[in-house]
Amino acid sequence: MCLKRKDLFCVAIIGFHRAVPMTELSAHLPQFQHGQLTENFPDNHLSNTNDSERRRHDNSERRRNDNPESETNGQPQNRTQQVVEQDEEDEELTLKYGAKHVIMLFAPVTLCMVVVVATIKSVSFYTRKDGQLIYTPFTEDTDTVGQRALNSILNAAIMISVIIVMTILLVVLYKYRCYKVIHGWLIISSLLLLFFFSFIYLGEVFKTYNVAMDYITLALMIWNFGVVGMICIHWKGPLRLQQAYLIMISALMALVFIKYLPEWTAWLILAVISVYDLVAVLCPKGPLRMLVETAQERNETLFPALIYSSTMIWLVNMAEEDPEAQRKASKSSTYDKQAAANQIQNEDADMDDGGFNPEWEQQRDSRIGPLESTPESRAAVQALPSNSQASEDPEERGVKLGLGDFIFYSVLVGKASATASGDWNTTLACFVAILIGLCLTLLLLAIFKKALPALPISITFGLVFYFATDNLVQPFMDQLAFHQFYI
Amino acid sequence: MTLAVFFGCTFIAFGPALGLFLFTVLRDPLRIIILIAGAFFWLVSLLLSSLVWFIAVKASDPGDEPLQKGLLIFGVLFSVLLQEAFRFLYYKLLRKAIEGLVALSEDGCSPISIQQMAYVAGLGFGLMSGAFSMINLLVDALGPGTVGIHGDSQLYFLTSAFMTMVMIFLHTFWGILFFHGCETQRWWEMAAVILTHLIVSGSTFWNPLYVGSLVPSYLLMFATAAWAYVLSGGCTQNLLQSLRGQQSETSPQPGS
Repeated sequence: MCLKRKDLFCVAIIGFHRAVPMTELSAHLPQFQHGQLTENFPDNHLSNTNDSERRRHDNSERRRNDNPESETNGQPQNRTQQVVEQDEEDEELTLKYGAKHVIMLFAPVTLCMVVVVATIKSVSFYTRKDGQLIYTPFTEDTDTVGQRALNSILNAAIMISVIIVMTILLVVLYKYRCYKVIHGWLIISSLLLLFFFSFIYLGEVFKTYNVAMDYITLALMIWNFGVVGMICIHWKGPLRLQQAYLIMISALMALVFIKYLPEWTAWLILAVISVYDLVAVLCPKGPLRMLVETAQERNETLFPALIYSSTMIWLVNMAEEDPEAQRKASKSSTYDKQAAANQIQNEDADMDDGGFNPEWEQQRDSRIGPLESTPESRAAVQALPSNSQASEDPEERGVKLGLGDFIFYSVLVGKASATASGDWNTTLACFVAILIGLCLTLLLLAIFKKALPALPISITFGLVFYFATDNLVQPFMDQLAFHQFYI
Repeated sequence: MTLAVFFGCTFIAFGPALGLFLFTVLRDPLRIIILIAGAFFWLVSLLLSSLVWFIAVKASDPGDEPLQKGLLIFGVLFSVLLQEAFRFLYYKLLRKAIEGLVALSEDGCSPISIQQMAYVAGLGFGLMSGAFSMINLLVDALGPGTVGIHGDSQLYFLTSAFMTMVMIFLHTFWGILFFHGCETQRWWEMAAVILTHLIVSGSTFWNPLYVGSLVPSYLLMFATAAWAYVLSGGCTQNLLQSLRGQQSETSPQPGS
């Protein structure tokens, strides 16, 4: 079966927001579940290369030089020294966890790309031209190259505007606390992906391998798959299963994009969306940045249906943390937004009422309901949300990557495998380029410790390597293979 | 051309490398990253060298066969030199990384030594080089066709697989040798690596006279293997002990 026009419309309107907002890596997100704890804890981490090491090297040098002084200069120095050392130690601790977290993201990204490439190579449905999405109305089957270029630019412009509008809509809804609307939107899109798109996918796979299947078995399979997926993504489920479902829906969405976006439009959209991602996450008034900051202010997690997380969300019970940590937290002034609220809490940590200012209490009351502000009740409140796992091990902390990133990485690699003349060489080159881009982005994440766009570096590398490999390397390797020369 | 050819050639070409990857690299995230970064560096060197070749070809007469072959040979040699240059650049990068890792660690020594990095970097180069040479061939081997129907050699796939395997091994050993030469300032080791690479690539110009290419390559591979083994701290005693399955009592081996 092929999708009709109205189906394409539904696809676009509901399915897009998957690709829309969460194209960022987030360092902060685990933090605001720690209650009062701030960035002094080891955070999301990096890989080991030059700049960060230089910096740490300098830090450690400074520390070694300062140590003898602290003994001679007396008490006041010691405490600040201790704090600085603790900061540096914690900063240094983060580097140690770096490589592991890079791999924790390499694996799902690789898996998603493998699923997409395998499907593209075997199921011909996704490389067949069956029309275009309603958001790319201009055809690319034109007579002249100029007309084709113009059409693809227009297509890309329309698509990007749709994405921008939907992102802004999402941010506005979030800001004005229309959580029900957002959840409804997410649930409808998950339903569409998990039931309808997977039904089509399964149908096409059966057609490719000539498997006879009756509707009853199919209905049972799709029903089970979809319901378990909805539960895992929107409620609770084993971590691995949730990750697997997120990877699957990203792959399904990427396949839809690969099928329905014409060639030049697809490459243009990839380029423009990485620029948009950069702007949206880093500019002060960017929608994604506002989304992350609002979530931090409210001490909430972003929607699990839009973000892939490498570990379970867990909480540290700050009420039982030693006062040492709280004092240290209060001294750090680099993070204004979240730390502002936290600091007030920290400084008054010794007082009876727990130090929560009335503003915070109102916020909390509006969400959870009036509670007494005692350490026990605070502990109970913080332990409430579902996915809590009392894990104190810093290595359990994970990185988060938006599903939009998965989708666009897979679109790039999938398009490369579908349309490149160099075929597998190009696919491999794009794959390595994207992984290296992800590595670099994680390194920057460890250095800057705030939400970063995950698309720009990877997509830039991917695009450069795609065009270079397809046009330059492929003829060279072809000639070498013909003569059986080896380099 | 059947599945048998496909699987046979795949395992000939990539079997040993896959074993090396599974048993030595997969456990350690840092090594995986170094491997992929090594593959990336090789890829960039290939890109630049094919850019040069492409420009040369476009600037020349496409009908002139000997000229095109000459340009291809020039392309191969230039690519070899560029690959070694990028190996040197990668060495520089890893050196800086080691300094950082040392600074970060609690006990003042890095979690991975430069010798291990040399091995993994060489393996990364080799895997990427092998993949680019072999994967398109393997996919073609799955499809229909007759090898050598126009009078070319019928052993095309098999010899390609063997050549790929030897190249992967060679890259690994060259990595070890090259990094060791850079570390100990022995320029002649680096020159030896460049020279052997040129010789091996040059020997492939004799294809399809496979005796002229495969035999020297394998001999050179065994020679560099022995040299790299000695440089990594191995000796015949250790080799015999490991073959007999015994543990060595005192083993001053710098890497694992």
